[in-house]
Amino acid sequence: MAAGGIPPLQAMAMSVLVYAGASMLAATQLIAEGAPALVVVMAAFVVNLRLFMYSASIRPFFAGQPLGRKLLVSYALVDNPYALFMQRFGTHPDAPGKFDYFYGLSIPTWLCWQAAVGAGLLLGGQLPAAWKLEFAAPLAFIAMTIPFLRGRPMVAAAVSAGVTAVLAHGLPLRLGLALAAVAGIAAGMLAEKHLGAKPG
Amino acid sequence: MNLWLVILGMTALTFSQRASFLLLPERVQLPEFLKSALRYVPAAVLTAIWAPELLLQKGVLALALENERLLAGMVAIAVAWRFRLTLGTITAGLVALHFFDWLF
Repeated sequence: MAAGGIPPLQAMAMSVLVYAGASMLAATQLIAEGAPALVVVMAAFVVNLRLFMYSASIRPFFAGQPLGRKLLVSYALVDNPYALFMQRFGTHPDAPGKFDYFYGLSIPTWLCWQAAVGAGLLLGGQLPAAWKLEFAAPLAFIAMTIPFLRGRPMVAAAVSAGVTAVLAHGLPLRLGLALAAVAGIAAGMLAEKHLGAKPG
Repeated sequence: MNLWLVILGMTALTFSQRASFLLLPERVQLPEFLKSALRYVPAAVLTAIWAPELLLQKGVLALALENERLLAGMVAIAVAWRFRLTLGTITAGLVALHFFDWLF
């Protein structure tokens, strides 16, 4: 974020308020390119489309809970705690301890994330460019993607979206990303219908 | 550009995305079609973020050995597939990037 020309105060505020790393990386890149504010916000929205899916799939576990708890869960709903929570409770929705488990995952994740962003803001500019650490961002996304690729429809969705994103990268306003999302969803659903295999 | 406006916009939209279904009234059932479509969103969107970083060099498709990002990315995919470790994937990818850069 320092490399993108975002001052430390705004970067830290974004980290605490938005609390969604993928969209922050995308936004930083666009801000550095001098994109208009609306384009940055809309690109972040597309990058975070997956949060709709997290929200829908975690919903049954928090049914009947007070509004405050649902709002807190909404704020804390990020990739890694979501994935770990679903691995543990996905097939046993009534198992005990799910709230404590969710908080136990979310609080350390939040603290580590904010500490890492702070450390990055303090030190990021001083790390040598020869280390090519900027490549860590796509690598982190690869690490996040692979666990989702269970079953052929899921792989079809990922491959179609990846190819579309590459072919459509020249489109303005980051439309390529939205187009890739649509292509990936369509490919996944078609593959599910014709291969008859449900995603795992 | 007003940076604070961007942060506010991102905050509002991101929170709405997370709260969307969680805050729906209990009696509302999601249609099967929507649930099925939503399942594919993470794989599609996440791949769309990193695929161009591996396959494009300065905006041009690069499928040659000189594209060390593509080779390193393939190493990272293999490591992620086999071991499912975020830190291991990032480390392997970075080491591979330097190795291929040195090699070619």
